[in-house]
Amino acid sequence: MDTIYLKNVLPEIFLTKENTGSEIWRQEVCFSKGQTVLLKAVSGAGKSSLCSFIYGCRRDFSGSVCFDGQDILSLKQADWERVRRVSLSIVFQDLRLFPELTAFENVEVKNCLTGFRTDNWIRDCFLQVGLGDKTEEKAGKLSFGQQQRVALIRALCQPFDFILLDEPVSHLDDENNRICSRLLTGEARKQGAGVLVTSIGYEPEMTYDKVFRL
Amino acid sequence: MNLVYKLLRCQLRGTQFAGFFLANLTGMLIVLLSIQLWYDLQPFFTGKDRLFRKEFLVVTKRISAFGTLTGRNTTFTPEELREISEQPFIRKTGNFTSSRFRTTAGMELGRFGAGFATELFFESVPDEYIDVKTEEWGFEEGDNRIPIILPRNYLNLYNFGFAQSRNLPKLSEGTIGLLNLDIRIQGQGKESGFQGKIVGFSDRLNTILVPQRFMDWANATFAGEKGAEVARVIVETDNPADERMARFFKSKGYEIEGGKQAAGEMVWFLNLLTLFVASIGLLICALSFYILILSIYLILQKDRVKIENLLLLGYAPKRIARPYELFVLAVHAGTVVLAWLSIWGIRGCYLPFLQAMQAVKSGMLPVWVGGIVLFSGVFLLNAGIIRRKIRKTALSHKI
Repeated sequence: MDTIYLKNVLPEIFLTKENTGSEIWRQEVCFSKGQTVLLKAVSGAGKSSLCSFIYGCRRDFSGSVCFDGQDILSLKQADWERVRRVSLSIVFQDLRLFPELTAFENVEVKNCLTGFRTDNWIRDCFLQVGLGDKTEEKAGKLSFGQQQRVALIRALCQPFDFILLDEPVSHLDDENNRICSRLLTGEARKQGAGVLVTSIGYEPEMTYDKVFRL
Repeated sequence: MNLVYKLLRCQLRGTQFAGFFLANLTGMLIVLLSIQLWYDLQPFFTGKDRLFRKEFLVVTKRISAFGTLTGRNTTFTPEELREISEQPFIRKTGNFTSSRFRTTAGMELGRFGAGFATELFFESVPDEYIDVKTEEWGFEEGDNRIPIILPRNYLNLYNFGFAQSRNLPKLSEGTIGLLNLDIRIQGQGKESGFQGKIVGFSDRLNTILVPQRFMDWANATFAGEKGAEVARVIVETDNPADERMARFFKSKGYEIEGGKQAAGEMVWFLNLLTLFVASIGLLICALSFYILILSIYLILQKDRVKIENLLLLGYAPKRIARPYELFVLAVHAGTVVLAWLSIWGIRGCYLPFLQAMQAVKSGMLPVWVGGIVLFSGVFLLNAGIIRRKIRKTALSHKI
């Protein structure tokens, strides 16, 4: 997948709004592979909604979202399975980890599906983000910041053309932000992937090609 | 352990699990037991054992008080005879021919210096229906000798009834065979004398039998009749316990000598009972299946968030369905095996009774097959429902 194209997209809950003042909603925007884009907004502006629309979790919007020119509403269940395995990765704002599995198993559950990484690579990532001693801890017992880092590693356990990061470092300190941002940038560059980051003010330390106000 | 299995390990409470396992087992057990019982009782239904073997039955019309007063005809019309012979459960039919002439039989008891004579009647049936095989049976025009077959119970009646009470000598079949009867036949102004000889005793035919050829000749000669009316019919059937036969004769108001009709009614009742029990089994099976579906829905509802998250990670619904299918498979396999074992045990209890009644041992093949069919059917249905439900979860959240 080379482009994600938004045309006149507007969440249904904003339909009554005359003027959103957004650079995304009701606009024509194209995200290209290789670009790093920041979507800044205040709370309630629809950042997570946009990620959900693009990731195919929700369809309560008007306008159209296209992957390489194909409207995502025409994608079938099997197409979404493929897209989520090999083209599009995501870190949800609510992370969507399995609290009953350990931190390592949470990552493994994705890697089992894709077979993209080795155990050593995953363990090395845990070490890099400062969770080397937490791999066997149940995810539910980790702090939100620790869980954010687990979700980040999980998101890297697949090939991707684009990665959606919904406030990925909101609960990280500067040091951990720097480490995670470096890890993310490195992997995205290796895969030549596009990075879409949402933020309410505290964003990953990356060099952004474009910044949009949502 | 596979992480998806670990994650979706069915978290049913013990009581819930026991509930639908037992319901499932009960339904399965009743259905399979009905099948097995029906199969084991087949010898009774099909009459292949000694109880209801191939049989000759004598059919008559019912004689009622009203019929006697109104002089209603108790003979069979040619249409009725054809209708009987056309029934699928009847192999062949033979008509009883009655003598239409006057007959007297007498005997000189030289040793005792006395004799007796009595009026008599004869009947005949085609030779193939006679259960006494002797070379003496037969008649050619001009013969002076008539072979006669008596019902065995006549001899018993004399020996154990009459002779016993009067201190008369008892007669064996051999002794009777030595006696010569003086038979006189009169009709149409003609009279002839014959030597009657008792050549055997029949267990099947309750009448005084003479050869068909003699009867045809005598009726033509002394009664001037060619086709006498038929009041009794002998029928040969493979299965005297056939319920259709019992129903047919009952609906026509015919009677069967020897009470074999009761067997047909019993078979009909047994069939009905089996069907009833099997229906209840199926109903319980359906209810237990419904409980199982509800339990599956409950499990899927409990795991809904996990299922959603797995779908969002890119898992296919069929892969997510697999742990649930395995769970259902294990439950069904468990119930089938337990049902098989139970039936094996129950069968061990009732089989001696059937064997005592000469029923043939028939094995448990229908239960093996029935169990596998039921198991496969219910499992496939469940698996389909699970996949559909998971796919719906994906669609409802536009995942």
